[in-house]
Amino acid sequence: MTCWDPRTEDMSKAELQAIQYKHLKTLVYKLYSFSRFYHDRMKEANVHPDDIRSLEDIVKLPFMYKKDLRDNYPDKMFMGGQEELVRYHVSSGTTGKPTVVGYTQNDLNNWATSVARALTSIGLGRKDIIQISYGYGLFTGGLGLHYGAERIGATVVPASVGNTERQIELIQDLKVTAICCTPSYMLHLAETSERMGVDISRDTMLRTAVLGAEPWSEGMRERIQEFTGVNAYDIYGTSELSGPLFTECIEQNGIHIWGDMAYVEVLDPETGEQLGPGERGELVVTMLQKEALPMIRYRIGDLTSYDDSTCACGRSHTRISRITGRVDDMLIIRGINVFPSQVEHALLAVPELGEHFQIEVNRKGSLDTMLVRVEMNPTAFSDKIDDLMSLKRRVSRVLHSMLNISAEIELVGPGTLARSEGKAQRVIDRRSI
Amino acid sequence: MSYTIKQISIFAENKPGRLAAIADALEEERINIYAFSIAEASGFGIIRALVSDPDKAHRKLTELGYVVSFTDVIGVKMRDEPGGLRDIARIMGSADINIEYAYAYSAKTEAVLVVRVDQVDDAIKALQEHGGQLIKEKELA
Repeated sequence: MTCWDPRTEDMSKAELQAIQYKHLKTLVYKLYSFSRFYHDRMKEANVHPDDIRSLEDIVKLPFMYKKDLRDNYPDKMFMGGQEELVRYHVSSGTTGKPTVVGYTQNDLNNWATSVARALTSIGLGRKDIIQISYGYGLFTGGLGLHYGAERIGATVVPASVGNTERQIELIQDLKVTAICCTPSYMLHLAETSERMGVDISRDTMLRTAVLGAEPWSEGMRERIQEFTGVNAYDIYGTSELSGPLFTECIEQNGIHIWGDMAYVEVLDPETGEQLGPGERGELVVTMLQKEALPMIRYRIGDLTSYDDSTCACGRSHTRISRITGRVDDMLIIRGINVFPSQVEHALLAVPELGEHFQIEVNRKGSLDTMLVRVEMNPTAFSDKIDDLMSLKRRVSRVLHSMLNISAEIELVGPGTLARSEGKAQRVIDRRSI
Repeated sequence: MSYTIKQISIFAENKPGRLAAIADALEEERINIYAFSIAEASGFGIIRALVSDPDKAHRKLTELGYVVSFTDVIGVKMRDEPGGLRDIARIMGSADINIEYAYAYSAKTEAVLVVRVDQVDDAIKALQEHGGQLIKEKELA
């Protein structure tokens, strides 16, 4: 087993748990003393730092939710002052209000270390040329992998997203050995290279793909591996936890969560009770060392199960299975979080539209497509095709600026979309993954 | 006497049976359709029609939940024989009229080119000045 950080990665379960407990204890004292937000929450839950006497006592601590970040927008949950912060990232939110995450220098170091360990665990290193085809910018994907890949001494090609033909040329010309992108983009890349007459396994040095930021299946892994000859590894992380952090190891059998950095629980989403190994439930993560934006028992809403047996690779850091769904109705389309409520918010800003809409997600070839059907306001009807087409374009622009994803718009007459009692059937997800 | 004709325009999604349902509704009200056209764009279409009772048609279709609007169009008479359209097209060209859309039908004695233009009154004047013959709404039948 090749490790980036052998001392930590080789630790026994008992050693890891000792470290986790130490970090947890410190974290809870720190938050109780210095975080107005979490202090109040602990008070409400009637729990004091002294009540945490073992790692198992973590269940006494109150949860944190995505909503907390939105309610405390932009930075009311941050610890320390702006002088400590060295970076922000921003992700889309449900009400049109984004969530802001901040990092201290230590946070960035830990993030890069986590990614460095992960990339090393799939066999990447100094000899590799890694193309990062996640978006760079406010999204954590691009920069997160970038710093991790640089950390291990690999050569980085910061390709970001789009311009697929050029990306394929770069893979050939720069002798790229590994790529980081969404699984759907990987398939798109494979299809595009086929059209260009480029056989990835014959004409390129690409042998590793680190894929994530959207749900994908074992079947898709097989397709990608067979189609392109690369080994495809699942990566996990969300901006609240820092960004992409953890991957599978060479065994491709679960994502290692570095125990010194994060403590994972899997809960029954209904009751909040902890589930055992192998039982599917809601992932809850405590980031043990984060400084700028500490996260305790954060209910991400992703569905998974955990396995804390020692992996065939030798590491005893807990593994989680690939994410199979969401507790809430958040859609992940082309790696971007889309909430129906965001779409609603955007559509309401267009006076020509009614309030009823429907989102249909499809997978065309290998790319996710989003179709938004929306009812037209009768008074806005124009006899001119041009006017209606320009209305469609305008709606598309409004959605794009809010969601950062392009959607096809279909205008329908009022009363056309099915009404249902209670929760509206606003999402039709036709993707089969 | 006005030469503008009240056309009804109906928004229709591209779905089988849409036209039949609209035609049914008009038949039920004993409304005759003199001329009509379907314009289609991606995902939707617009049905435009000249009917015997536009107000009644509008009311009925609106009741049924359709999106309906009135649009003023003009009808230019054409000889119903070879060259008829050419003559009219030349007149429209020399009168500098920009057509947004047009469709035609063959009435009992002559053919009619139904035209939607931006400035209806200016177009009527220009057409008449260049020798165009316009049809009135009540002459449609």
